[in-house]
Amino acid sequence: MLGSFDFDVIRRSLPYLFYEGMTFTLTLTALAALGGLIFGTAIALMRLSGYKTLGRIAGLYVDFMRSLPLVLVIFWFYFLVPYIGQWLTGASRPISVGAFASSLITFIMFEAAYFSEIMRAGIQSISRGQPAAASALGLSYAQTMRYVVLPQAFRNMLPVLLTQTIVLFQDTSLVYVLSIPDFLGAASKVAQRDGRLVEMYLFAAVVYFTISCIASFGVRRLQSRIAIIR
Amino acid sequence: MNYHWNWGIFFEPNPMGTGTYLDMLLSGLVLTIKTALLAWVIALIFGSIVGVMRTLPSRGAYWFGFCWVEFFRNMPLLVQLFLWFFVLPELLPKAAGLWLKQLPNAPFWTAAIGVGLFMSARVAVQLQAGISSLPRGQKMAATALGLTTVQGYRYVLLPMAFRIILPPLTSEFLNTIKNTAVAITIGLIELTGQARSMQEFSFQVFEAFTAATILYLLVNAVVVTAMRFLERYVAIPGYITGK
Repeated sequence: MLGSFDFDVIRRSLPYLFYEGMTFTLTLTALAALGGLIFGTAIALMRLSGYKTLGRIAGLYVDFMRSLPLVLVIFWFYFLVPYIGQWLTGASRPISVGAFASSLITFIMFEAAYFSEIMRAGIQSISRGQPAAASALGLSYAQTMRYVVLPQAFRNMLPVLLTQTIVLFQDTSLVYVLSIPDFLGAASKVAQRDGRLVEMYLFAAVVYFTISCIASFGVRRLQSRIAIIR
Repeated sequence: MNYHWNWGIFFEPNPMGTGTYLDMLLSGLVLTIKTALLAWVIALIFGSIVGVMRTLPSRGAYWFGFCWVEFFRNMPLLVQLFLWFFVLPELLPKAAGLWLKQLPNAPFWTAAIGVGLFMSARVAVQLQAGISSLPRGQKMAATALGLTTVQGYRYVLLPMAFRIILPPLTSEFLNTIKNTAVAITIGLIELTGQARSMQEFSFQVFEAFTAATILYLLVNAVVVTAMRFLERYVAIPGYITGK
């Protein structure tokens, strides 16, 4: 019951939770969002390129990733990345990859599928006159994309991309299955060490809730500001 | 690659004495489907109620719906499962907490209810969007015909709204199936969990995960096909959702 609630265990573990746990979570979120956006844009461009085979490969990748649970994908990459590393570097045995690198690769590859769908919608929302005008000006395909289409697509889709990043922020808690000390992992470690499950999990819930709430409030404000400008 | 492939592993007996490794994976698949179906029923029931509340003229109902959605959307599913599984029994009065902890199949019920409530917030948002996409005249016409609010929703608004949101509901159902895998953390040995324990017993990592992947893809294909049939079955001729 709440009478035996021990706030001190939270206070004592705050440095560990935030310096180690939250730093890991936020770094992973930021890098995975960046990587996912870059790969996702590449996949979206492949799908819209007009080359049938290229488009089909990209489409298969997206459908494949989107039909698997993230937990399974995390396990897949955790075991697969050492072998891929071995293959790439030509080492004689599977190379050991750190927990952070492994989960970063996982999230980039997984989120790329979701970001690509957002970017595809963004690119398709640009009116046909824009690329037509760009090629009338003599811009090449790469220049058209770089200077005309992608900046607008990115801007139009910014609220959706940020919302997906909030989902990603929440999803990074799943690295728990690899016993990695992200924010939740750190909280759970303290919880199990001190036998204070109630306090630590409630605190973790409050922190995740607060951050996600503030972030989605910010996205909503951004959305209304962008909507006025257009 | 110096990985030792052994695809015959599926037909070797598993160390639990419950048949072959394949049987183990299939029992995991059954548990995944059971959990997902129960969670989906919960998500539909609560999602529909909350979604309707968010469209009612009453301020209180709107706020309840708003809080419900924000509460379940702004916490990772994993944290929510931990709250239901580890925290809730401690916060309840002693007798009730003890009863919860001693419940047989506790991970299954926690997973189904936890994932169900988590998904209910998404269903609610979809349904709200579906209802507000209907022309205002529909609600007015229902009132003009002398239908009460309940009747108006039951016979006029909801039948159309659900048809409109059927495609996004399909992907939410697929999400429900995928999300049951998170319950591996509270000890539910569903498909991903069985693949993981097969890997631990047999060391055939990639065979186990390949099989699990194929089974997930199959389930996905079945659901998508079934929902497409359902969409065609309930379509109303003359509407955009009909043909």
